[in-house]
Formats: sequence, C-alpha cells, structure tokens
Amino acid sequence: MTSWQQVPLPWKAGGLLLGLVFFAAVLLVKPIGVSTQFVIFDGILWDAVDASVVVPSEEAKSGFTSPNAYLDKSGGKYAKSVANPLNYGFVFVIAMMAGALMSALLRGGVPKSERAMPQVWRANFGDSVWRRYAATFIAGFLVLFGARLAGGCTSGHMMSGMMQTSLSGYMFAAGAFLAGIPLAVYLFSKEG
Amino acid sequence: MTTVLLAILLGAAFGFALDRVGATNPGYIIRMLNLTDLHLMKTILTGIGVASILLFGGLLLGLVDPGHLSVKTAYYGVFLGGLLLGVGFAVAGYCPGTGLTAMATGRIDAVFFVLGGLVGAGAYMLAYGGIAGTDLFTKIAGGDATLAPVAGTDYPSILGAMSGEWLGLAIGVALIVVAWVLPARLGDGRTMSAPAE
Repeated sequence: MTSWQQVPLPWKAGGLLLGLVFFAAVLLVKPIGVSTQFVIFDGILWDAVDASVVVPSEEAKSGFTSPNAYLDKSGGKYAKSVANPLNYGFVFVIAMMAGALMSALLRGGVPKSERAMPQVWRANFGDSVWRRYAATFIAGFLVLFGARLAGGCTSGHMMSGMMQTSLSGYMFAAGAFLAGIPLAVYLFSKEG
Repeated sequence: MTTVLLAILLGAAFGFALDRVGATNPGYIIRMLNLTDLHLMKTILTGIGVASILLFGGLLLGLVDPGHLSVKTAYYGVFLGGLLLGVGFAVAGYCPGTGLTAMATGRIDAVFFVLGGLVGAGAYMLAYGGIAGTDLFTKIAGGDATLAPVAGTDYPSILGAMSGEWLGLAIGVALIVVAWVLPARLGDGRTMSAPAE
C-alpha cells in the first residue's frame, strides 16, 4: 500500500490525478496552458516603464493595441491581458505556483542539498552552482523562445493538445523529444 | 469573477499535481529524458490517456461542451519550437510550467530558468514582427486540425471519414497501455520507486 503522501506518486495514481486536472480544466473553462504568461508578465513590466506599449483602441477586436507586433497579434489579445492582469490565464499561473508551494510544504519542502541543482546534474557536471545557474538561464531562454515560436509548451501543446487529438500537439511533442532525449542521453551519461 | 475563482481552483490543483507526480524535480525530468528512469513518462502518458478518455467520453455523452475545446494551429514553427524547447528541457530539466512551480517550491536553479525564460519570451516578442510573414508560419493541414472530425466543432481534420470522439477514446486507451507496458527503466541502477528524496 502506498500513501498519498509519497512523492512522486506511483505512476498510476499520478497519471490519474494529472488526467483529472487536465480534463476538469477543459470541462469547466478551457485547456491548460502556461507559456503565454511569460509574455504577459514581460508585457506588464514593459508597460510599467513605457506606458505606450499597450493602449486602448476602439478599432482593435480586444479593445487594446500595441506597437509591438506580438502583443498586437490576433486583435490585440495579449495587449488586453497585459492591460488586465486579473485574467484567467495569468491568475491560473499564479495559483499554480501557490498549489505547488502548498504541496511542497506538506511534504517537508525541497531538501537543501537539492535546491541549487538535482543530484543527476552534480554527478555529471560537478558542484559549481554558477555553472548550473548559467546553464538553466540559457535553457530557460531556449525553452520560452521555442515555446512561443511553437505557440505553446509542454502543458498547452503536449498535454492539452494530445488529449484533444490536435495535430499540432503531436508535432510539438515529436520535436521536443527528438531534441530532448538524444541531448539528455549525451549530457547525462552518469545517472547520479 | 467566476472565471477568476476557477482560475484559482484549477491552477492550484494543477500546481499541486505537478509537485505530487515529481514533475517539479528536474532530476526526474532529466532521468526520463536520458531514459534511465521512465516513471514520469508513464505518469505523463497515463495523464494524457485519462484526460483524453474523459474528454471524448464526455463529448459522446453530451456532458462536455465542444466549445470548450481549443485546438492550436499546426505550422512548421511548432516543430522547430518543439526542438528548441527540447534542448532547454534536457539541459535544465524544466519546462515553463514545471520551472515556475519548482521555483515556488524553493529551487534556486529554477529562478534562473524563469529569468532566462522571461528574457527568451521577450526576445521572441521583439523578433516576431520580423518573422511573422515567413514560411515558419505556413499552416499545415488547414491549421487548427484534429486527427479526425469532432462533432460540434469546425476544426479541419486529417482523417475525414473517422469519428474524432472514438479515435480520441482509442488513443486514450492506447496511451495508457503504452504506459503500462513501458518498463520503469531501461538501464540499470536505482529507480524512482525507491524513496528518492
């Protein structure tokens, strides 16, 4: 018998939990997605230093427009979210972080030795924290640039996309694993 | 206001679930991608399978509003973006959702991942105007295509003669079967079934 407190959950229980959440999101609102909110947060920061980045417009479908082509895309839909941060997608992501924190606290938090890097990184690249931080910074750049080019990430394209039998979800998953698996096999030859 | 309340409930449930399945731990993601420990892969496949069965079962029974589906557009950049994301995913062991949730659980490397992500998303915002008209965005199979047609939606599809709902159910079952038969690990050594934290 395994306890619900075990982390990670056994794959059957974990898969069921994850599946229920993804289904509940579609049933009640719309499919889960995360990476758009990096753009919205950037937009909020940018708009705070330069108020001309997002402006109300009666001609735009969303009611807002931006001189930035990406924020202005699809009738200014991102511009509108930047202007109203209390929207579904942005609040969802804030709540997501709160939910993860709650779970982590209930299991006693992340061990100190794990906070700078996972064991498998240490085994292959040593203890230097700045090497790890620099690598994750660059990786974060690639992941979000890639996710925005693709129009979604692991949540929006892979999980939400494949559960809806979206062609784009399969294309995205193929790309992510075709690059991710060989690279991880090459980089992390020691298991840790 | 209801939507904001739902955002809080669903978001919190999602974040909680990501942490519980081990996805906020980059070690588990890296060991999935280097094929030494497929526990998380089995979890993810089961998750997509369960969600798919509930969704298409619900659509067949009329319990799910087809208007809630949201199929993203297929274009060449989806694959290229997937490749770029895959590179960062392997190096860091984080994707956008798990990076943010890992940061929330107190992982410091995840803070750097999120900062890099904000810069990367910003770079894309600036680059978009220059690449918007290129072939990267040429639609494939009519754009927001599903594999087979789903009643109550007007998404184009590749397999026109099939029922999208039944195909979705079948794929859902198939993904769970794959999760079932996939070994927990391909190499030798420790697995996640041992207490890893």
